[in-house]
Amino acid sequence: MKQQQEQWGSRVGFILAAVGSAIGLGNIWRFPYMAFDNGGGAFLIPYFVALLTAGIPIIIMEFSLGHKMKGGGPLTFAKLNRKFEWIGWWQGLISFVIAVYYVAVIGWAINYILFSFTLAWSGEPVAFFTGQFLAMSDGPFHLGGIRWPILAAVVFSWLVSFVALYAGVKEGIERANKVFMPLLIVLLLVILVRGVTLPGAADGLELLFKPDFSQILNGSVWVAAYGQIFFTLSIAFAIMITYSSYLPEDSDIVNNGFMTALLNSGFSILAGIAIFSILGYMMHVQGGELPENLSGVFLAFATIPAAINQLPTMSVLVGVLFFLALTFAGMSSFISINEVVVRSFVDKLDAPRKKVVVWYTVIAGLVSLIFTTGAGLYILDIVDYFINNFGVAVAGLVEVIVVGYLFRLSDLRDHANATSDFKIGRWWDLMIKVVTPVILGLSVILNFVENFSANYGGYGTLEVLVFGWAVAALAVVIGFVFARTKWADEGVL
Amino acid sequence: MSGGAIAFMVFGIVITWGGAAVCISIAMRAKK
Repeated sequence: MKQQQEQWGSRVGFILAAVGSAIGLGNIWRFPYMAFDNGGGAFLIPYFVALLTAGIPIIIMEFSLGHKMKGGGPLTFAKLNRKFEWIGWWQGLISFVIAVYYVAVIGWAINYILFSFTLAWSGEPVAFFTGQFLAMSDGPFHLGGIRWPILAAVVFSWLVSFVALYAGVKEGIERANKVFMPLLIVLLLVILVRGVTLPGAADGLELLFKPDFSQILNGSVWVAAYGQIFFTLSIAFAIMITYSSYLPEDSDIVNNGFMTALLNSGFSILAGIAIFSILGYMMHVQGGELPENLSGVFLAFATIPAAINQLPTMSVLVGVLFFLALTFAGMSSFISINEVVVRSFVDKLDAPRKKVVVWYTVIAGLVSLIFTTGAGLYILDIVDYFINNFGVAVAGLVEVIVVGYLFRLSDLRDHANATSDFKIGRWWDLMIKVVTPVILGLSVILNFVENFSANYGGYGTLEVLVFGWAVAALAVVIGFVFARTKWADEGVL
Repeated sequence: MSGGAIAFMVFGIVITWGGAAVCISIAMRAKK
């Protein structure tokens, strides 16, 4: 049975979906701290260099691959050469792993929308988050039972994803992003305006943007900038390949790539202004003392709630809007991650999309249960670190080497230029073949060295072996196994 | 806020949102 290729309803719909995928929790809780910690305003220099020399070139490469090959990750790589199908499955499995824990964080954000109405965390946001809410056990191997409010929100999130994926690309994914993305921007702007009008906001922005030029000569700052660009753009886990496979034949590639990357970074800058304005206000209230947790899960679920408590007015509103923004940012990315896996199986099995969506949602939903337990945050922390640093980063490195050196990159460039508003030149080849592999390779080596000398996060060896190394390694191994199975319809290759 | 901080904040906004606006205007012109 030949599947009919779906298509986006409009260019705006595609851009919103691609930007919605790129904009995720990291834009809100990772970028601001990375900038603050790596030279403030001066960090923007390596950050924009990384955007132009790696982020935009890779996104254009993935858009071109998906558009030319008209497939998800496995089909795209199989069409390049059957020997490389496993790379597509590897990226699909990375997406699966990310999906099953990402949904838990969305579940937390949904719970916190409700908590915001009563400021339920009261004066002890950290204790509330880790104790009353997560009921954290004493380690990743002690599950400690399911947290029912988290489970309920996780089930709800899976239902939203299910509805979007089941309805299809145009009627589901595109429509969902046309709701989520404009709302997300409005929410961010409201929070930003509230933030910058608070006393002390300027001090927070001074911390974020005051340039420390000495940091520009620091190699680790450049690695951090390239890492931030790499992780923020949803590249190397086949999302952009899959999304661009639904573009009509005459669609623009290059300009769409620039737009997606720039809008994603623009959102990060605004999120940074909003977050650091609020942190500046906290410093103002606390006599100049900077709060402890400035990034990640604890920024969102402990520091921001603490700041919300101290707001002179509109505490409830800011709380609700902030966690709604987190939910929308997470949900649009979550849907895109799930689509990668769904599309991979639709291609391979030549199965009806709706059937695959049902099976995928049930299986992935069951796996995600582990993140609703008392050990959820421990496991999430380890899995997230390893699947990003030894999954996404390594898969990205393999992808640029394979596409850059084993195929005629100029063909892909010609394909992108043929339908684009403006063209890319030979500089693009140089970025894909040299700049990106060198910097990504360096950062992967540094990560290996760091993790061989000490366990991540102070966890036990068995804990990082089971939830870290094994998960990252299994994604490759299972990728190879899937790649050895037969295509239901060899004619698609 | 110091002049340096303000300059970099404006720099970040202009490069990203300004750049996106340029891309969007190119797309709209191409459509016509």
